[in-house]
Amino acid sequence: MTAAIEASGLGKKYGRHWALSDCTLSIPVGCVVGLVGPNGAGKTTLLNMATGMLAPTTGSIQVLGGAPGSGPDQLSRVGYVAQDAPIYAGLSVADHLSLGAHMNRRWDAALAAGRIRQLGIAQKQKAGTLSGGQRAQLALTLAIAKRPELLILDEPIASLDPLARREFLQVLMESTAESGISVIMSSHLVADLERISEYLVVLVDSRVQVAGDIDELLASHQLLSGARRDPATLPDSQHVISASHTDRQSTILVRCEEPILDPGWSVGQIDLEDLVLAYMGQARTSRLGLNGDAGAKILEEKR
Amino acid sequence: MIEFHLDTRSGVAPYLQLIQQVRQALRLGLLREGDQLPTVKDVSGSLAINPNTVLKAYRELEYEGLASARPGVGTFVTATLSSDSIASYIELSRDLEGWISKARTAGLDDESIGAIFQRSIRTAVQEEVR
Amino acid sequence: MMWLTWRQFRAQAITVAVVLAAAAIFLGVTAPHLLNLYDSTGLSACHASCGQIASNFLKAIGGPDKTVFEAAIAVMYGLPALIGIFWGAPLIARELEAGTHQLAWNQSVSRTRWTVIKLGLIGSVAVATAGLLSLMIGWWASPIDSAMNFGQPFSGPYLPRLSPLVFASRGVAPLGYAAFAFALGVTMGVFIRKTLPAMAVTLAIFVAVQVLMPIYVRPHLMPPVQATAPFNAFENNELTISSPGNRMTLVGNFSRPGAWILSNNTVTPSGQVFTGPAGAACTGNYPPNACNAWVNTLHLRQQVAYQPASRFWPLQFIETGIYLVLAAGLGWSCVWRIRRRRI
Repeated sequence: MTAAIEASGLGKKYGRHWALSDCTLSIPVGCVVGLVGPNGAGKTTLLNMATGMLAPTTGSIQVLGGAPGSGPDQLSRVGYVAQDAPIYAGLSVADHLSLGAHMNRRWDAALAAGRIRQLGIAQKQKAGTLSGGQRAQLALTLAIAKRPELLILDEPIASLDPLARREFLQVLMESTAESGISVIMSSHLVADLERISEYLVVLVDSRVQVAGDIDELLASHQLLSGARRDPATLPDSQHVISASHTDRQSTILVRCEEPILDPGWSVGQIDLEDLVLAYMGQARTSRLGLNGDAGAKILEEKR
Repeated sequence: MIEFHLDTRSGVAPYLQLIQQVRQALRLGLLREGDQLPTVKDVSGSLAINPNTVLKAYRELEYEGLASARPGVGTFVTATLSSDSIASYIELSRDLEGWISKARTAGLDDESIGAIFQRSIRTAVQEEVR
Repeated sequence: MMWLTWRQFRAQAITVAVVLAAAAIFLGVTAPHLLNLYDSTGLSACHASCGQIASNFLKAIGGPDKTVFEAAIAVMYGLPALIGIFWGAPLIARELEAGTHQLAWNQSVSRTRWTVIKLGLIGSVAVATAGLLSLMIGWWASPIDSAMNFGQPFSGPYLPRLSPLVFASRGVAPLGYAAFAFALGVTMGVFIRKTLPAMAVTLAIFVAVQVLMPIYVRPHLMPPVQATAPFNAFENNELTISSPGNRMTLVGNFSRPGAWILSNNTVTPSGQVFTGPAGAACTGNYPPNACNAWVNTLHLRQQVAYQPASRFWPLQFIETGIYLVLAAGLGWSCVWRIRRRRI
């Protein structure tokens, strides 16, 4: 089955700086995928390459089995809402719907008009006078009404208030239930993504830290707490994600497919937000050239 | 028709919460045999959660024999829990009161009693559905 | 895509339609006056040796008509520049600045098509506007332009069509300028990505090109006609002597009705431009003709390079062609840049 996004060794370089490097992903179709990471992690770069707005420096990317942005056929299969939902301030809402109708092959005018009505937005209103939440909804309506197979949303609600955010997600989920389209949405808010996604990609410091089905991720990550121990002594099957120590106690987050039977550990689950934070912390540590306990040792010696 | 709500801080998975709420509604007689459960579209649209979460819950209810999906129409309640449980309610309430006085005698305060209770419930629910 | 291009261009289209209509009415109303004068002085009926009649006609033109003549030239100069700045520069730069290109390029129209249609449609309107305006103004000024080609002794403030100042405001050249200015504006917008700087750079480059064109390029678009004749000091000419060194400059009269004189030099038998020194007959107390007689003994020759009036249309077409080619090249570079997905 074709993947929604298939990336292999994908990278993008600006001058000396790699905005995205070594990205290999196979994102399945038919589900809602969250792309999470701090600002500047490379989320927008990745999504821009998925829509064909940017050409990669290295590696390759395929979207729904085709080259991104390559011609009207590919373009009509993908709906896109860019960061902060840009719209034409000088055109009216009705003009935007006409835009959609004229520039798309499959345009569901009834759906678009219905949504706008449901949102209580007047068609004659100039798009520049809409509130932030309404603009995001308009942009989403345009993307959905072109009846794509895949929706790509780049932090569309980052600057909205909680109510507007909730309303946007409600509309998004309703559409997904109705049409079964695939969705990829990026955000730096894990809570929003946890509600709506089944699959998560964590992007930190221009690299994919972890990607997978959310239930599997939560099941395969365990929080071990017990007597102080060097993480390097743990078996190979347990990949250490993060570790913190006091003089007596260690708390270590590991990724492990098998159950953990060591009686010395008290094993607990971790919630998604903490899991993402742990990966963000790990990325930062390895970027600084320190690694987990070794880094802690160096700091201690300096003291 | 019932309305669902979600408690994101409870530590209980959303689909389990939906199942619990259906069971609760059945117990209290808010849902009767033949009633239609809200559509997947409506639930995911009002709670802003993934439609597959709702589907998972409804499939689980089907597996337990509490509901059945009619393609193109919706998901309908096929059994009730009310009649069975009223008698057991009374018996279980008495058992629980006994346990609580035991716990108090052992020196536990209300908070500790509450904590033990919450944890046992959580574990039990997860075991049950697995 | 056509719909969106028109919708976004609506305000400018209405503006230009109003301006063209106003110009048409204004010129239509003021033209009969000039045409009547053309008839009443007998110039319309004259076919040969019309120099004096032409002078009478030009002298008789009133102040308001003169103002319109000059204003029309200014308008034709300004129009391509305004098109470049206000239609060209913001076309794509504004989308890039506002981020709306992300909306436009993710419908089902390829970005190449989007660019080509925008460029083509609005570029065509730009060229048509310049063409219409040039047509109207050319028609209005045709009495004066004809008079200037008759070899009149008096011309006043008027210049022939071929002269650099008027050439750029007549014929088909403004179409080339409009196309070029528009394409230049759009290209600057695409590469600079910000509207205001793009407008400024477009203006600067366009003005530079328009200044350099008549000075360095147009004289050579067709090989100038070279005329040479013995220099007779007794005929009307210009003589200046300056010190120190008794430097002497001689400029012979040369008259070809409507021609564009590129150079007019008085040269010695060896081919050098004559610079003096002035002989005694010209600096001391001698009878006036003694100086002229002395000059004639030098056997100087007058060398003139010029473009004759008949070359007006050929030069127009060549120059317009050049600008259209430049415009096409610029347009192509826009499409290329946008296709390359570096934005």
